[in-house]
Amino acid sequence: MEKLKNLLQVYWEKEILQLAIIFLAPLLLYLFSSSGVAFILFLTSFLVLYLSKRLNTKVKLVIAIVDLMVIMPLVGFANTYYLDVITQIGIYVVLAIGLNIVVGFTGLLNLGYVGFYAVGAYTYAIFATAQANNFITSSILQFPVSGNWFWMFLVIGMIAAGFVGFLLGLPVLRLRGDYLAIVTLGFAEIIRIVLNNLDKPINFTNGPKGLSPIKPPAFFGIPLNKTIHYYFIVLILLVITVIVVNRLNNSRIGRAWTAIREDELAARTMGIPIVPMKLLAFSIGAAFAGMMGVLFAAKQSFIDPSSFGFMESIGILAMVIMGGMGNIAGAIIGAFAVVVLQLHILKELSNFLRGLTVAGIVSISPQLDPAKYERLVFGLILVLMCIFRPQGFLPAKRTMAYIKKQVNKLKKIEKEEDVSVE
Amino acid sequence: MEQMTGMIPQLLIDGLTLGFVYAIVALGYTMVYGILEFINFAHSEIFMVGAFAGTEVLLFMQSAGYLGSLPAPVALLIAIIIAMIFSGTVGVVVERVAYKPVRTAPKLVAFISAIGVSFFLQDAVRLVEGLWKNAFYLSTPTLFTASIHITGGLRIPVKVLYIMVIAIVIMFSLNLFINRHKLGKAMRAVAQDRNTASLMAIDVNAIISLTFLIGAALGGAAGTLFAVQYSLIHPYVGFIIGMKAFTAAVFGGIGSIPGAMLGGILLGLLEVFGAGFLGILTNGVFGAEYKDVFAFAILIIILIFKPSGLLGKTVGEKV
Repeated sequence: MEKLKNLLQVYWEKEILQLAIIFLAPLLLYLFSSSGVAFILFLTSFLVLYLSKRLNTKVKLVIAIVDLMVIMPLVGFANTYYLDVITQIGIYVVLAIGLNIVVGFTGLLNLGYVGFYAVGAYTYAIFATAQANNFITSSILQFPVSGNWFWMFLVIGMIAAGFVGFLLGLPVLRLRGDYLAIVTLGFAEIIRIVLNNLDKPINFTNGPKGLSPIKPPAFFGIPLNKTIHYYFIVLILLVITVIVVNRLNNSRIGRAWTAIREDELAARTMGIPIVPMKLLAFSIGAAFAGMMGVLFAAKQSFIDPSSFGFMESIGILAMVIMGGMGNIAGAIIGAFAVVVLQLHILKELSNFLRGLTVAGIVSISPQLDPAKYERLVFGLILVLMCIFRPQGFLPAKRTMAYIKKQVNKLKKIEKEEDVSVE
Repeated sequence: MEQMTGMIPQLLIDGLTLGFVYAIVALGYTMVYGILEFINFAHSEIFMVGAFAGTEVLLFMQSAGYLGSLPAPVALLIAIIIAMIFSGTVGVVVERVAYKPVRTAPKLVAFISAIGVSFFLQDAVRLVEGLWKNAFYLSTPTLFTASIHITGGLRIPVKVLYIMVIAIVIMFSLNLFINRHKLGKAMRAVAQDRNTASLMAIDVNAIISLTFLIGAALGGAAGTLFAVQYSLIHPYVGFIIGMKAFTAAVFGGIGSIPGAMLGGILLGLLEVFGAGFLGILTNGVFGAEYKDVFAFAILIIILIFKPSGLLGKTVGEKV
């Protein structure tokens, strides 16, 4: 036993086990395309790949591309379920990265992120169903618009949500941080109530009945309505998001955001325009949510206000907090973890318990269904993360604490050199 | 117009009842904020726990047959006291477990921890009630059926009178405690300057726990009053009430105890009148379903124009 443990440790340190996971997980998923374990292992392999020190960045990139562009679609042919799950994960990854700009980079707590998501979704849904005919009567414009407009609406959704974020942020961002949290929370509730009731006097949103059927996206008239199409659209948007946000984070703006997060007063003293910078972060975060909202509406083909509840906002927040505030890779990992937890572990557990009850092995009351207790699970995760690892799995590198540590290290080295010279 | 004036007395009664509930919950927010500069997001769930505790006590008394033999006000008082003890304990435990370890961390962390607690409590209550009663919606037994007839069609239910009296007694005794008692003085000292207070031989941790105890107990009392007034509760009932009570606390000036009371009562009145009149004023285009929007809109407007609230003091940011 002891021997085995030592052996495993040696292998882990030499990264043989990691390499095995990286290369075997996609193969396993390809062979057992309906196995949940293989799927989770496949997702884990991305984390392992990211953390691996032995492979260089180019090799990592090639492996990731092969995994995502070849393996996953192949798996999708055999079993669309996991392709759908990974598409959902992709949507949440973009949302988490967007929220990460606000919460992680700039340190503003936004509890109403889903409100912006709803703005984007309804922007597309109203015009891609017959709904818009209720208030626009013209001979030139006929609704629903064709799916070709989807690409245009990605941008329109971004602008709409970003603009709403700007309007909301304008008065509120001058206030202290915790007020912002409550106001954004209130804002999301307002959006939801308004969407629920704006079916009169003029029917804009069709109220609680929701909007459907929303036109799928189309590419020069060819409708893209299969899971695999959405998978690739999400993948493209995800890549664009990661690149844009990464560039932003390493720009002058990103450094200003970090400065605001770490010490607002000091940042102001250094001449950083606090309110414009915060507004920018807030609006850009909102814009990403709007963009994904458009995609969400197209993918679901039906939306109603109940998809945009407070629980969604908290789910996305949990992704950012778990993964690591201010770290893009962290947000991705967090989204993986939360969606897998939500869609997989809780649901599988429910099914398992239900199976046991049906088989008559144990009798578990339906009140105990684990899938109904996601609030309990998320609540525990949030509290435990805050107490034991407030910086998340993959913490941000550019923090005051980290920089201080590096400076101290340098000082130590300098001192040692001084001694040796003498 | 005549229709509107006819509604006023009834709306006044409804608004005051709701306002008193908001006011007591708002006290919990404002006390904790005053001392820690921290929004206790889980306070709405403490309120909900109190509502469940009070209802369970009343249900127990009903099933044991005490409810018929005891005078109704006594039964209500017993329920309130037990609910206060119960939710007070929950409040202190929450503070010790989830808030104390993150007290020195950035504020964001403490706030997120509070959100986590809030979610945890919602489903924990649901789980307990689900296992125990096999349902998580509870209806509170009716305590008072009588109502006092005033002029015309106007009647004041006895229930509402009791609720108002209890609320006023609670608020007065809290005010007395804060301003006259030695511990109240210590609380104010800690709120003003934690370090100096600890130099003056005040046990800061104990005072913070005491603040949570009192705030949570008040939340529990408000929960019971709410359950008696509206007679249907569920584990998610706290969220909206909590948001509004927080709005009330900000409205009155967060950190100020008379402010929370004033803010709560005003918000209750505004909301009830708004919901009542909105439909008539807009010819039924916008109805009472927008009443929650009302409260949030007030919150945003106050924060823009007078962030310090009606009775609050403007405080510069601490460096």
